[in-house]
Amino acid sequence: MSKELIRLSDCVMSYGDEVVLDHINLYINDKEFLTLLGPSGCGKTTTLRIIGGFLSPTAGDVLFDGVRINHVPPHKRAVNTVFQRYALFPHLNVFENVAFGLRIPKTDGGGHKVKISEQEIHDRVMEMLETVNLKGFEKRPVSALSGGQQQRVAIARALVNRPRVLLLDEPLGALDMRLRKDMQNELKRIQQEMEITFIYVTHDQEEALAMSDTVVVMDGGRIQQIGTPEDIYNEPKNAFVADFIGESNIIDGVMRADGVVEIFNRKFQCLDKGFDKDEPVDVVIRPEDVDIVDEAAGQLKGTVTSVTFKGVHYDTIVDFYGFKWLIQTTDFCPVDSRIGIKIDPDGIHVMKKSQYSGMFGDYSSYSEEYEELDVPEPEDGEESGSREGGHEE
Amino acid sequence: MRNKRAWFAVPYVIWMALFVVIPILIMAVYAITTADPATNEFVLTAGNFTGMGLYLNVFLRSFWLALLATLVCLLIGYPVSYWMAKEGPRFQRVAMALIMLPMWMNFLLRTYSWMSILENNGLLNQLFRAVGLLDLLGVDHIQMIGTPGAVVLGMVYNYLPFMILPIYSVIVKLDGSLIEAARDLGADSPRVFRKVIFPLSLPGILSGVTMVFVPAVSTFAISQLLGGGTQMMLGDLIEQQFLGGAYNPHLGAAISMVMMVIVVVCMVVMNHFGEGEEQAVML
Repeated sequence: MSKELIRLSDCVMSYGDEVVLDHINLYINDKEFLTLLGPSGCGKTTTLRIIGGFLSPTAGDVLFDGVRINHVPPHKRAVNTVFQRYALFPHLNVFENVAFGLRIPKTDGGGHKVKISEQEIHDRVMEMLETVNLKGFEKRPVSALSGGQQQRVAIARALVNRPRVLLLDEPLGALDMRLRKDMQNELKRIQQEMEITFIYVTHDQEEALAMSDTVVVMDGGRIQQIGTPEDIYNEPKNAFVADFIGESNIIDGVMRADGVVEIFNRKFQCLDKGFDKDEPVDVVIRPEDVDIVDEAAGQLKGTVTSVTFKGVHYDTIVDFYGFKWLIQTTDFCPVDSRIGIKIDPDGIHVMKKSQYSGMFGDYSSYSEEYEELDVPEPEDGEESGSREGGHEE
Repeated sequence: MRNKRAWFAVPYVIWMALFVVIPILIMAVYAITTADPATNEFVLTAGNFTGMGLYLNVFLRSFWLALLATLVCLLIGYPVSYWMAKEGPRFQRVAMALIMLPMWMNFLLRTYSWMSILENNGLLNQLFRAVGLLDLLGVDHIQMIGTPGAVVLGMVYNYLPFMILPIYSVIVKLDGSLIEAARDLGADSPRVFRKVIFPLSLPGILSGVTMVFVPAVSTFAISQLLGGGTQMMLGDLIEQQFLGGAYNPHLGAAISMVMMVIVVVCMVVMNHFGEGEEQAVML
């Protein structure tokens, strides 16, 4: 059982009237890979900077190993950071960049300044460069490195100090897709090998799911959900989480009984319990959990309005009673064909209504850029109108 | 020319040729010749250079005072630039305007005002007299005008903006995340300055030093007005050869050439010292 290392308790960060963090409560276990995930402006970087010591919360406490560290400056924290744009020192070569932290005399328990010997610095830097696959690059100026290599130097420079916690602020943001995937695996490997707590900030949900032990989904300065990647994906707490993590069709429903939810006036079996009878809810149905069947055999019937080939599957948009669903299927259904669908009980996730209800999960305006929509705007009356139309059907 | 746009450089090339290259060539011709008193024809000679030893003290004084002025400019200019760069944009605009303000006034006017401040019966001495400092010391006045110090002061006053501007513009553009990274790695403020901010502001220091030292070494009006004729510098010497009583443009050209070579050598050495920074030699 790993023990708690960092705790943010009731942390508030505000600049004048603008509240950036709204009562954040979060604990981070030792040796954990925790990801702060959310769109830009959600407060994830602010949270990271509070842990790193670059910001002090307006209210609330930051505890490290049980000790309050609100005002401990960054250079006195057992935490190192990999910055978004690497922040490598341009006047130093790779070796000196990595050795930067080691060359700083540390104060030991007795208050004496202790210097690390040149030999040890050399050994530790070289070992770290080997860990990040940069052996032989030590004499190069950092400006002569590619983005991926600079990234590795930044990681080595932070890790060589053997921090208790490594903070990573969108470290892979500037890399191309292929390199990102490689670096994701590499970071995960390094984290497991060195047994260091990683706190990772990203807006890329795929990255978060692939790497993390724990994912913290944030929006509007609040934590929306904390859980394992499986929890977050399978049991999203509200429409925001459901939409931000993966693709989701989010439909208005009514809970008729434990295990029975009504969508478009049809009852569906589900696994969710504990709602009030006839409570209005948001229902999430993942695009891959929908089976396409003949129109006659379908629980719902609709018309295909668009098909996009994605390699592994087709993104098929289907119009059900005026509400457009995204269905990911390996079966090709031509545009304008009538189809039916079936959904297994474990493919239906019921969520309480929240401030995000009605904002996401309709694919009427579906486009490739959909995922890059940063700040969700409440949709106007037309959308909800079409949704209500579905109810009346 | 492969690049069509290279033609855009033609006016500049012509300009440079007309007003830089050709004049230097003319100077070079003057420097290695002398006018025959009888025929007024140019005769090849090395005499202009060999006879220059006479003015060694002027050379030494020029370089020494210019060096002092540059050093003082750096010692004042760096902290000012650093402090300016750390403040908000509003403060920066005001501070920048204040630094530039004296430059809107004529250079000679500025130097004349220093004269009236530093004179034996000038503002400062009057002030000293009024507060009883002169009586206390038992002197009639404190000698300020006509000293090397006055010349250095005049040069610092006139050239300080040329030190501040390049250093400021380098520091203000310094990536804040580098400072954060250094702090994150355990560096306290003095170390952040020593290991990150200062090394990264070297390019600014180099151009500041160049922009102060080069005009300072060839300065002439300041040394005449504030040096009271006792602090002759190279600029004065050269001026005398062209315009003054000791009319000898051949010697003046030779001195100019020697000064130019020394300055170029100084700059090359200095830029080599700040190696790795892409700082061109500026003249």
